[in-house]
Amino acid sequence: MNMIAENFTFLYHGFGIASDPFNILLMAIGILLGVIIGVLPGLGGANGVAILLPLTFSMSPTSAIILLTCIYWGALFGGAITSVLFNIPGEPWSVATTFDGHPMARSGRAGEALTAAFTSSFVGAFFAIVMITLIAPLVAQFALQFGPAEKFAVYFLAFASFVGMSKEPPAKTIVSMMIGFALAAVGLDMVTGQLRLTFGITELLNGFDFLIAVIGLFGIGEILLTMEEGLEFRGKAAKIDPKVVWKTWKTLPKYWVTSLRSCIIGCWMGITPAGATPASFMAYGIAKRMSKNGKNFGNGEIEGVVAPETAAHAAGTAAMLPMLALGVPGSPTAAVLLGGLLIWGLQPGPMLFVEQAEFVWGLIASMYLGNVVGLILVLTTVPLFASILRIPFSIIAPVILVICAIGAYTVNNNVFDVIMMMVFGVLGYLLKKTNYPLAPLVLAIVLGDSAEEAFRQALLSSGGTISVFWSNGLVSSIMGLGVVAGIWPLIGLLFGKLRGNSAQPA
Amino acid sequence: MEQSHHGAETGPKQRTVEVGTALLTLVFGLIVLYGSIIVGFGWGSDGPQAGFFPFYVGLIICVCSIINLVQGAREDPEPLFAEYGQLRQVLKVLIPACIYVALVPFLGIYLPSVALILIFMIWLGNYGWPLSLAVALGVPAFFYITLERWFLIPLPKGPIEAMLGL
Repeated sequence: MNMIAENFTFLYHGFGIASDPFNILLMAIGILLGVIIGVLPGLGGANGVAILLPLTFSMSPTSAIILLTCIYWGALFGGAITSVLFNIPGEPWSVATTFDGHPMARSGRAGEALTAAFTSSFVGAFFAIVMITLIAPLVAQFALQFGPAEKFAVYFLAFASFVGMSKEPPAKTIVSMMIGFALAAVGLDMVTGQLRLTFGITELLNGFDFLIAVIGLFGIGEILLTMEEGLEFRGKAAKIDPKVVWKTWKTLPKYWVTSLRSCIIGCWMGITPAGATPASFMAYGIAKRMSKNGKNFGNGEIEGVVAPETAAHAAGTAAMLPMLALGVPGSPTAAVLLGGLLIWGLQPGPMLFVEQAEFVWGLIASMYLGNVVGLILVLTTVPLFASILRIPFSIIAPVILVICAIGAYTVNNNVFDVIMMMVFGVLGYLLKKTNYPLAPLVLAIVLGDSAEEAFRQALLSSGGTISVFWSNGLVSSIMGLGVVAGIWPLIGLLFGKLRGNSAQPA
Repeated sequence: MEQSHHGAETGPKQRTVEVGTALLTLVFGLIVLYGSIIVGFGWGSDGPQAGFFPFYVGLIICVCSIINLVQGAREDPEPLFAEYGQLRQVLKVLIPACIYVALVPFLGIYLPSVALILIFMIWLGNYGWPLSLAVALGVPAFFYITLERWFLIPLPKGPIEAMLGL
């Protein structure tokens, strides 16, 4: 208790630093820059922070990291904008937002979707910040218990929930997921240093970046799908309604259970650190199963936007915690920020809280303030963004193509990636039409390497016995949850049969 | 694919495409298996070899592809994948996009972008030249200024830009 009281004193002091007018100005600039970066696929999040890192060398570390975190928030918001409007996720964790966010936009409810997304991300991030304030050291201890086997178990849980909870036939979901793993494996093998699956093609040395896959599968694929109906106005029913924000806010509180549940999922996943991406998918999947409107998910249910966005941002913020407390970045962006800290001579780890208390709490306070400032800025511009959809398709389609090409190029400064993007585009069209789910594919590309690494490290430490995944309480329970999630439909069938004729799905 | 009729309601059948896609994934799985075998897929002296993980991934792909193949073949042969009319529309976008992407390695990104926007607006959207030119030149110019000059992110350029000294 004394610790918490102490923390609050530091926090109060931190607010004093964060509300310095210069710092508030930095927040606003950071968020605006971040939104621009986030809207351009290929530049989002980690990239944007990395590009702008050198700009901050002339500032004090506190101000610099405030700017950087606000750029990060802004990029997150920007990523949500492209997910909803164009079905192009700006970040891996925005993929789940496209499932219901984009259909909402297509039926003219873009303003609602954007408002829901931004508000949910604010709530999620806020929840995580409060959690950091209260229990930072406790969480650090818990995170230390996670070895490679536990980490793999968490990944397994995320993937298994996909198989169990998606409406597509499991064989197709599995194929999709495995294709993602295979694509993730192309290139340099981290553990042995060997090249694999490249077949002598030099362009494949770097493997397939998830962004190229996403831009192609989702962005280009979507354009091709839309073309089947001809060059119709997309979202022509969208009205510019400045009051859309208030109206949507009135409907959001009834989803508070989903929101709370997603916050918890997000915080847990952010700390473990599985990351924001599995968090968003899990939250979506669980919300779909537990919601009254679950069957309508995928057609534009606002709850389907609330769940993943809350979880993703809770996780993204919670990921800061292992970074600060353990020096272990929970996400690629946290990794870049970690690099920044080291450049400024600050050593993350338990000592940071003790030796550089002013910095840490200034950072945490700026997270609160930055979140609020960001929300205000972004919400005032929602009607403006939603109106982009009213631009006729024949103008906006080539512009999107150009943006996608630019985005694909800037990932690795590699022209080959632009070509790969088109290949993925055609693939996305084909797969969507034949009911292969794309999300597991993307998830596997993003996490494939980390999951494989965790798998191999776990096996190495146990000398090759698979039983390492059931060796202690923590890992067994997570694996168990995963197995249950994976065969959930079978369990449902079983219960149905046991109960007799008037069976309800479990 | 079926023999082509030109009509509003014929097209390749969904079942054909399902089977075709399953075959495609099967071939992909076999390629992955082959790639894993050549780097070694067993247990080496210090842990799993590089091909260990991809081998099983490829195996699962092949098994599930066969499942999908069988299920695909058992599907109702009636529903269409897409009408030929719809496919023509898709190609109207796909072909210019492919040409665009193919040109980028040679001409950079700016010139093909101008051409792409022009084609879309004039040919597909039936807009007039003035507006089309304005957008076609404006959008790449916007990106040039923000990305190249402000953010200092170089984009691929071709011979024309080299001549102009950009």
